[in-house]
Amino acid sequence: MAESANPAPSRDGETRRDFLILAAGGLGAIGTAVAVWPLIDSMNPSADVLALASTEVDLTPVEEGMAITVMWRGNPVFIRHRTPADIEAARAVPLEELPDPEPDEARAKKPEWLIMIGVCTHLGCVPKGQKPGDPKGDYNGWFCPCHGSHYDTAGRIRKGPAPKNLVIPPYEYLTETLVRIG
Amino acid sequence: MSDFKSNNAIIQWIEYRLPIFSFIDHSVGSKYPAPRNLSYWWNFGSLAGLALVIMIATGIVLAMQYTPHVTMAFDSVERIMRDVNYGWMLRYIHMNGASFFFIVVYIHLFRGLYYGSYKAPRELLWMIGVVILLAMMATAFMGYVLPWGQMSFWAAKVITNLFSAIPLVGETIVTWLWGGFTVGNPTLNRFYALHYLLPFVIVGLVIIHIWALHRFGSNNPLGIDVKGPQDTIPFHPYYTVKDLYGMGVYLIAFAAVVFFAPNSLGEPINYVEANPLVTPAHIVPEWYFLPYYAILRSITFDIWFIPAKLIGVIMMFGSILILLVLPWLDRSPVRSARFRPLYRQFFWILVVDCIVLGWVGANPPEPPYIYIGQVATAYYFAHFIIILPLLSVLERPRPLPASISEPVLKGGGAALGATANPMEKA
Repeated sequence: MAESANPAPSRDGETRRDFLILAAGGLGAIGTAVAVWPLIDSMNPSADVLALASTEVDLTPVEEGMAITVMWRGNPVFIRHRTPADIEAARAVPLEELPDPEPDEARAKKPEWLIMIGVCTHLGCVPKGQKPGDPKGDYNGWFCPCHGSHYDTAGRIRKGPAPKNLVIPPYEYLTETLVRIG
Repeated sequence: MSDFKSNNAIIQWIEYRLPIFSFIDHSVGSKYPAPRNLSYWWNFGSLAGLALVIMIATGIVLAMQYTPHVTMAFDSVERIMRDVNYGWMLRYIHMNGASFFFIVVYIHLFRGLYYGSYKAPRELLWMIGVVILLAMMATAFMGYVLPWGQMSFWAAKVITNLFSAIPLVGETIVTWLWGGFTVGNPTLNRFYALHYLLPFVIVGLVIIHIWALHRFGSNNPLGIDVKGPQDTIPFHPYYTVKDLYGMGVYLIAFAAVVFFAPNSLGEPINYVEANPLVTPAHIVPEWYFLPYYAILRSITFDIWFIPAKLIGVIMMFGSILILLVLPWLDRSPVRSARFRPLYRQFFWILVVDCIVLGWVGANPPEPPYIYIGQVATAYYFAHFIIILPLLSVLERPRPLPASISEPVLKGGGAALGATANPMEKA
């Protein structure tokens, strides 16, 4: 009965019905994927989350050697007013000693102001080292208590499981002492 | 299913139209034959079912009081504890119920390991069980985030950050998981939705798990196949009453913790509200995740071009996924460790190894814990990848009894043995 309903097989037993089944099935699969995409994409950051993209900070009250923490996109941003000793220590390190080589000059637009996202590049904890009593790690920078990563005075990873240096956010100086992050 | 008998007219009326009573009788009733020698270790399957029901029942009423918003979640949980009628009890049951669920499931799992319940023809039954364990872990993790305490927040941050280890697309995936640039309100909302959904997915998986179980019936302490009706007894009333007894003992232990030590398994710092700017000095997961956490942190070195972080993540997930292929790693035809003198010893070493991993996971990642963790991690994988395949070849198992009923009925005296023998041939 099936034989009579089908046209004669063209070759190797393939029929137009086989082609139609493959074509319809393929199109159905593509259509399903297209229909699922809005569901998946709805979980990406929404417009209102993306809109909170920049924050302005006045650096005037931050004296040399001091550090402040501000919020940007839900994450802490570390701003440290580095001393000449900090900067010199960071510049004295040979690049080949660094797990993620980056010269100090590339880490700060103005050498005395180090601005970084305060999130450990290992698993996202906030490193210690912003407050005067905090442990600063073996390199006088920051120390992540979760899994023991040490960062130096340029926020570069020196020891521990973190793979990368602390991330530098996009920022620009609006005036001498006013900086916009984001 | 026409063999179901009832004198009740209403039951007969329903049964004729929807044969649900005979279905139940064949599933967990008098028509389901179970091996006659099941020990108390076989109670933990039904106990896991009870634990799941308790979690869903308390979870539904807690959901009616909880507010999934970062500014209100912590306070809404405190309101449940202080103002809602019996809220303190419901939350303590739900909180400790998770721990007890894992205790029961881990015993259930190690029971399967000891008696070779994963071997043919029960491989799929075992694999579905592993998937249930993964679904449980996801549910427990997301539930732990909901109270929005310090440990909730930082556990969410650290665990979601694991996915950033994936090459190329890791950061994109993490942003997608968060719905933002860090763990925040979108994250809390979706975790709540999934925490409500996944238990029902688990219910579905449990039904499939039991379906696969009923295909060949329970394994048993001897690990040999049922040879005939003389080896079995009806599930009801024999094992229904035994399961009920086990549930009574379980509920006593559960109630003791819920009412007298409800916070003994938790972290005090989770009663401090989440603060995205301050990481607690010592981040630890709940006890049931500690061994995996130890494995994750034991990888402190790159291998070739693969960064340590990625290897740690792969090893952590691999420690569970390796159970999926266990039926093909252990090729020994003998199921029960009772007849495997070497495997039995290695089984107990594995149990100790898992406890050591848990202890390492609870301690900071520094010497000597880090080295102990590395040795214990290496041994865990060696057990499955090296020791089990070797044992399959090298071990000489003890002789197996001819049937389940033989040792029992022959030991009873000559008269019993005489009556049992013809049946065994049947």
